[in-house]
Amino acid sequence: MMNDWLMLTLIGADRPGIVARVTDTLYRAGWTLGEASMMRLGGNFAIMMMVRGGEADDLEALLEPVADALGLRLHVDAIAGGLHRHMIPNYQVRVSGADRAGIVAQVTGALAEAGFNILDLESDVAGDEANPVYVMTIQGDSDQPLEVLRKALETAGGGDVEVSISPIDTLIG
Amino acid sequence: MAVLDILTAPDPRLKAVSAPVERFDDALRAFIDDLEATRRAGPAAVGIAAPQVGRLQRIVIVDVSGMRRPVPNHGHLVLVNPEITHWEGFELGREGCLSVPDYTGNVIRAERIRLTAQDPFGEPLAFEMEGFEARAVQHEVDHLDGLLFLDRLVSRRTDLFRRKNYR
Ligand SMILES: [Zn+2]
Repeated sequence: MMNDWLMLTLIGADRPGIVARVTDTLYRAGWTLGEASMMRLGGNFAIMMMVRGGEADDLEALLEPVADALGLRLHVDAIAGGLHRHMIPNYQVRVSGADRAGIVAQVTGALAEAGFNILDLESDVAGDEANPVYVMTIQGDSDQPLEVLRKALETAGGGDVEVSISPIDTLIG
Repeated sequence: MAVLDILTAPDPRLKAVSAPVERFDDALRAFIDDLEATRRAGPAAVGIAAPQVGRLQRIVIVDVSGMRRPVPNHGHLVLVNPEITHWEGFELGREGCLSVPDYTGNVIRAERIRLTAQDPFGEPLAFEMEGFEARAVQHEVDHLDGLLFLDRLVSRRTDLFRRKNYR
């Protein structure tokens, strides 16, 4: 159906012009772009993009030559969802410290148990090979009071990782 | 009092520069009452600017006294011909706008400001403010200069946290 959104995922070694080539191909073939998130991760470029204008098979057929030429892996999913589904985060969690196994699982596990819904998570490894520093920011939504979430996160860092949570007051004006 | 229609982007009137108020009369004060009624009718707005209802005059209302988590504030403020005279520090915060439904984003604003303005009778006002209230005033004064928070968006990956901690 023409009105259904597809989620397009493209991943491959980063090089200039990926976004321009992909979106130009979609535009010329009459596809519509919705919301998208694209970023460079570990030297790769990753695209997640809502598109519509036809069936999943049509989209794959259209983009396969482009993906091949740019060395990208292509994946298409039919999704249940659409535009205007934004949720406003009311908490921000910041994590930083020694890079070690299990940080993400411990922090997100504590959050999930406390009734915190993750809307956005970004993480990076800063520092250098010898002294990697793990940095993560999470934005999310929870009905729980700050003290409850703070308590839930108290032990999540395990001593060598700094975990803090603060409210986000969104200004509407 | 009447609730006025709010213009939404991309209405070109939101991009216009508003003119200073010169007549402090009953008509001005009646309009300010309508503007306040409009602010209150919407979804928990802490501020509103006259151009958001299509009146291209330098009038804003800001009130952050009702926040669930209290913040430093000067109560309910009607600012006519507001002028920010001093900016200090910077802070990342999340903003939305009555004129941009269903979108919020990160914007950098000065942490502390000083401003002058006039009240609805033309009497001079002066404030020093910080934090959320200062952010609200900067957001509203932007409207008077034809700017939306969309014009000041920074990527969601931008986080002052790193800069602050690893400087
Ligand atoms: Zn606004």
